[in-house]
Amino acid sequence: MITVIDYGMGNLHSVCNALDAVQATYQVSQDPSALSAADGLILPGVGAFRDCMRNLKQSGLIEAIKEQAHAGKPLLGICLGMQVLFEKGYEVEESEGLGLLQGEVVRMQDPDVKIPHIGWNRLEHAQADAIVRAEEQPFVYYVHSFYAQKFLPQDLIAYSVYGQMKIPGYVRHGNVLGMQYHPEKSGRDGLRMLARFVALCEGKEATR
Amino acid sequence: MFTKRIIPCLDVKEGKVVKGVNFVGLKEVGDPVALARRYYEQGADEIVFLDISATNEGRKTMADVARQVAKEIFIPFTIGGGIRSIDDITTLLRSGADKVSLNSAAIHDPQLIRKGAEIFGSQCIVAAIDARKRSDGSGWNVFINGGRKDTGIDLIDWVRQVTALGAGEILLTSMDADGTRNGFDLEMLRAVNAIIDVPLIASGGCGTMEHIAEVLESDVADAALAASIFHYGDHSVQEVKDDLSARGIPVRREVSA
Repeated sequence: MITVIDYGMGNLHSVCNALDAVQATYQVSQDPSALSAADGLILPGVGAFRDCMRNLKQSGLIEAIKEQAHAGKPLLGICLGMQVLFEKGYEVEESEGLGLLQGEVVRMQDPDVKIPHIGWNRLEHAQADAIVRAEEQPFVYYVHSFYAQKFLPQDLIAYSVYGQMKIPGYVRHGNVLGMQYHPEKSGRDGLRMLARFVALCEGKEATR
Repeated sequence: MFTKRIIPCLDVKEGKVVKGVNFVGLKEVGDPVALARRYYEQGADEIVFLDISATNEGRKTMADVARQVAKEIFIPFTIGGGIRSIDDITTLLRSGADKVSLNSAAIHDPQLIRKGAEIFGSQCIVAAIDARKRSDGSGWNVFINGGRKDTGIDLIDWVRQVTALGAGEILLTSMDADGTRNGFDLEMLRAVNAIIDVPLIASGGCGTMEHIAEVLESDVADAALAASIFHYGDHSVQEVKDDLSARGIPVRREVSA
């Protein structure tokens, strides 16, 4: 079973609808104990980095998430949920993140392209992975103005090119996964990624 | 590879799709959920629902439509038409819409854009603007109430204002081009695109695949919205994308259907 972490900032419905579509078993919870009972965790998020961390703190979830991640439980952060996996963010003001991934989240800057980066962009592989396979270079849906930098090169699985920028789209350090785009809004290719994440959590090999 | 977006638009009245939608073999002709599903499967990048209900009851059904659509399609969708308050915005976004578009209400109360953007983020708030060229040719005026009322407000001034208030996207309909099926209004789109940093969705005038290619190739818009070309079964979204790809315009293709 997957626990979708509810801390008052997610587009939970979209993620839950997508999990329904891939026939995953899940619960939505803000209870730290529901994190330990799950096979895997999804941290959604829409909004600002600072507010996200503040809400996680108020819900008493920061330690619970770190504990589960350190224990090896698969954790998938989506959009803002991916950004807060890093050590630091600069949205609104400098704020500490969960620190599960090395790196920081800074404002995108490129005078030649529109920011926010809204729309579909192709994922290009930096390395092979079971969730987004090397033979696939799917298009995914992005909506964001900040992006991760100073991350470990080996954590970058796939990126998208926007103007002169290389946007880390999908990062992974062992059991900690982050997607800057919205897999739940990335059509059938996005659903497939979620199905594979669910399979990973359940200790199964993804078959499709 | 960042792509241009193809956005079918459905006009919904009292919960039913209007305008002669003419899909061969589709039983639920007036069902917005079935049609949205159809476009999603054809590879639409996004879908816009425009609520043209005349009654409050009709508007309430839009939230139900949003809830059902959100379970069926896994691409972003926008709902516009008749949205007047933060409560309306909240209801539709909570029902599963990714974005709402504000038109007449924003003219009456521009702060609605600011408040909506502050609460939900700019990415949720689309400013929908209908404009027509002034008779002296000096520029364009913004119209409201479904294009029936001239506000006397200059288009360029209004675009600057809505983006400053926090609108995350502009959906611009040329009333001169709308319904003509003679092509998008490139002149107006170019004028607006030149002054904004947010994405621009071109609307009004699309009659053929060539029109979509033309507006996207000219690079005066980030997305093309069309209704009749898809509804009347002239072309599927897939065919339009095949055509754009062949012309070298970047569009989203699925890894496997």
